[in-house]
Amino acid sequence: MSSLGALQGEFFMLGDDACAEGALSAGCRFFAGYPITPATEIAQRMAYRMPQANGVYVQMEDELASMNAILGASWAGAKAMTATSGPGFSLMMENLGLGIMMETPCVVVNVQRGGPSTGLPTLVGQGDMMQARWGSHGPYSIIALAPTSPQDLFDLTIHAFNLAEEYRVPVLVMTDAEVGHMTEKVVIPPYDEIERAERKRPTVPPEAYQPYLCEPGEWVPAMAKAGTGYRFHTTGLTHDERGYPSTADERVHARLVQRLVDKIEQNRDRIVRTESMYLDDAEVAVVSYGIAARTALWPIQMAREQGIKVGLLRLVTVWPFPDQMIRELARHVRSIVVPELNMGQIVLEVERCAAGQASVTCVPHAGGGIHKPLDVLQAIRRAAGWE
Amino acid sequence: MSRREIRLSGFGGQGIILAGNILGKAAAIHDGKYATFTQSYGPEARGGACAAEVIIDDSPVHYPHIVDPDILVVMSQGAYNRYVPELRADGLLITDADLVETDEKVAGRRCLAVPATRIAEEVGRKLVANIVMLGFLGAVTDLVSVDALRDAALSSIPPKTIEMNRRAFDSGLEFGRRLIEEHTL
Repeated sequence: MSSLGALQGEFFMLGDDACAEGALSAGCRFFAGYPITPATEIAQRMAYRMPQANGVYVQMEDELASMNAILGASWAGAKAMTATSGPGFSLMMENLGLGIMMETPCVVVNVQRGGPSTGLPTLVGQGDMMQARWGSHGPYSIIALAPTSPQDLFDLTIHAFNLAEEYRVPVLVMTDAEVGHMTEKVVIPPYDEIERAERKRPTVPPEAYQPYLCEPGEWVPAMAKAGTGYRFHTTGLTHDERGYPSTADERVHARLVQRLVDKIEQNRDRIVRTESMYLDDAEVAVVSYGIAARTALWPIQMAREQGIKVGLLRLVTVWPFPDQMIRELARHVRSIVVPELNMGQIVLEVERCAAGQASVTCVPHAGGGIHKPLDVLQAIRRAAGWE
Repeated sequence: MSRREIRLSGFGGQGIILAGNILGKAAAIHDGKYATFTQSYGPEARGGACAAEVIIDDSPVHYPHIVDPDILVVMSQGAYNRYVPELRADGLLITDADLVETDEKVAGRRCLAVPATRIAEEVGRKLVANIVMLGFLGAVTDLVSVDALRDAALSSIPPKTIEMNRRAFDSGLEFGRRLIEEHTL
């Protein structure tokens, strides 16, 4: 693959711009979107970077169309992305489901802002985390990542493309207005040193190709590129291995839905990423993600200085949820503190996995700002029994 | 160096945001430190009070916003009125001498004034007042090295304006160095 247009070196770069550059470095050559604060800078950068990289930028009429456009581009063989914020993310939910059902690799970036509704256009929130998991109708599994800095946004955008290609699923980059609108150093490695996954292509001749037939022991079918002689049908309706609708046989539906879920859930060990800090001797664990995990490090250090044994488990992958890590953590610590910029979403998953083995408390925040360090410190002190 | 918090403020159009970006870039790219730059964002950003926040540290910046500012640069009266009360008691206030009148709100804090906009007009255009201010900041603080700041500034502006910006930076730097000498004599 050509490195055409990809940057290399050290930059003092806006988070949103780092996201766009991550996409380019991942091989993204199609972007369709509708500008929305605080994600606009991603679209803006893609609008001039895509043509430089022989890619395509399309400004669509809305977010429904943007989501559909990237699905079409993906079937035509492109790595494709869109970027939005809460209101647009809501509009994308229906066609996100189409992407899940048709098993279409693509990346959707949500630069979260304060909600509900149009809420706080310029200010931060993390209120779309459950929507990321369950926002489209029907049973399915999905992958969502939560970056903490412009560098992390660059790296995780590449990772999102790789996961999308490997598992043939839309991957969600759940960043936020803080990270998207923050400028920090971003190191972009040489194009050849970046790991890029490519979707599996059919090895059978066109006449033998079945678009939803998996090799024995595999979860993900090979994906033909439209226009290369492989004729196929794909649909949002429940379909058989040939891609044809099969809407009267619950066994076909069960087989399909089970595989859509299993291809993610059975590969948790390969998908889930977390980061631990100071957990070895910890009696209190902070479990968090995205900007809330990053800002928790300051109160964690303050608490350590006061003599409280506290550490951090940062969820890099929020979906699928790191069940096993939380179960183990709950066996080793006395209590878990979950700061997040919403009124309590991921804390519910932590509670489920902790299953009473450790006490779990949320440090909620309605959004519009980040946690004050002393608020998180106080929650840590309480969790440690110091207050 | 431990965590340092710097707020640059003025009104939209003075290049405050670019100045913040350059300061952060000087620290992060040219000086090998950690730096986080954010800006106030919203309808107030043009014409009204406008602010850039820069955090510089030797270790990673976990908390991206100003909690207790060490240095406040104000280039408008509105920004002065709004932000001076938040400056820490042992903090440094830097004003554009012709645009800001200080009053009792300074409350004993260390205060330096530079006619950045006037100097900018002398070296070429009012537009480069932000670069004059950065030169001054380079002279009177130890946030970043002067070379890092100059390199970051000259790599962040249109190439055609490089000579005017260099003059702007060096004039601000010289003014600052003279002021420091006078203060220590």
